[in-house]
Amino acid sequence: MTAPVTPTRPLVRGVAEALAPVRDGATLMVGGFGLVGAPLRLIEGLLATTTATDLTIISNNLGEPGRGLGMLLLEGRVRKAVGSFFTSNPDVVAAYQAGDLEIDLLPQGTLAEAIRAGGAGIGGFYTRTGWGTALGEGREERVIRGEPHVYHESLRADVALVRARRADELGNLVYSKTARNFNPDMATAADLVIAEVDEVVPVGALDPEEIVTPHLFVDAVVLSGRA
Amino acid sequence: MDLPNRIAARVVPHIPHGAVVNLGIGIPTLVADHLPEHAAHLQTENGLLGVGPTPGPGEVDPDLVHAGKQPVTARPGASYFASSASFGMIRGGHVEVAVLGALQIDARGRIANWAIPGKPVLGVGGAMDLLVGARTVIVATTHTAKDGAAKILEECTFPLTARRSVDVVVTEAATFRVDDDGLELVDLAEGVTLDWVRTHTAAPFRVAASLTAPV
Repeated sequence: MTAPVTPTRPLVRGVAEALAPVRDGATLMVGGFGLVGAPLRLIEGLLATTTATDLTIISNNLGEPGRGLGMLLLEGRVRKAVGSFFTSNPDVVAAYQAGDLEIDLLPQGTLAEAIRAGGAGIGGFYTRTGWGTALGEGREERVIRGEPHVYHESLRADVALVRARRADELGNLVYSKTARNFNPDMATAADLVIAEVDEVVPVGALDPEEIVTPHLFVDAVVLSGRA
Repeated sequence: MDLPNRIAARVVPHIPHGAVVNLGIGIPTLVADHLPEHAAHLQTENGLLGVGPTPGPGEVDPDLVHAGKQPVTARPGASYFASSASFGMIRGGHVEVAVLGALQIDARGRIANWAIPGKPVLGVGGAMDLLVGARTVIVATTHTAKDGAAKILEECTFPLTARRSVDVVVTEAATFRVDDDGLELVDLAEGVTLDWVRTHTAAPFRVAASLTAPV
């Protein structure tokens, strides 16, 4: 039995330190399906410890009224949202109708695949989803195995904020139930990946079979305070 | 039984035993309450195969919800997965049955269920992926809109969710099967007459021989 590799850099940061690289105009991926699996402490930290504004947010939803990403919207920090379902937050509808928010609506599976592809070094892909509908209009089309598909570019971000249950000191991540959702995909698709976790355990404490996000994707770990 | 549950109960005979099934938001979600125990494996697109019953008070886990964001449980044999894998299952044809709601259905069995003209189009969720990818699609809907207007129309006036036709349309009054020739009425609910269905359906449909044969 060899000794575990010691982390070469301290991965666990304070919220302010971890978020300091977020610039005005940045594109952020933020995990979660509604508030489930959303990195709420990091989102609060964006408001409390940074002045970053004019943000593009890639996330399935934009939180709920005044909660999660909904807070960021009410504070006027969000310029554009890319996601699949915004109608559950009336503030989003109001901001869009007032012309204060740009929205790029994608089918949920197309959103997930665009993120996965972005993290996997794929430039784009064709899908049957959305062909012949209002969301497929104006897109490049190709017939594959007799069926029409539409083209989507993959998505990348400057920063991904993800939520996991547990990290080890190298940054390997395991998730909790359906709080996993978009988080593992987003953890692969940004230049800087910050994971919010309930608990950090020593290297070797996680079973390699259970690790969902291997540590090479993760740049910083922040504690949720909800151990 | 209230109207949504009556519709949900009428969907059950169309679900093959042991099938992998995705239930959409609204009336389709209620189908779970009418399925016999272990009759199907429920997949929810937010990342769970093996959705179990609603937890009792005090047993709610905030990390465990279905696509309608309501608390659920996980059955023995369940698995969790990321969104990209979940939609890989859906688009890849690995989900046998999707049960979806609809705002309108056209004479060819194509549905509109995600956008209303004149309102901002800000939500689509997984509807388009499910409609394109599930091997069989069942629509569970009220026969008419709240104002009494027909929902089954010659052409949809709302934007279509996909070009693909669904396979079965189940309402509280009637069940239609869809094939290349359009809609075929295959079942009438107890107490519902063919005349009622004709009056409340604004698309042409054939009537199955089993419903017209002299008793």
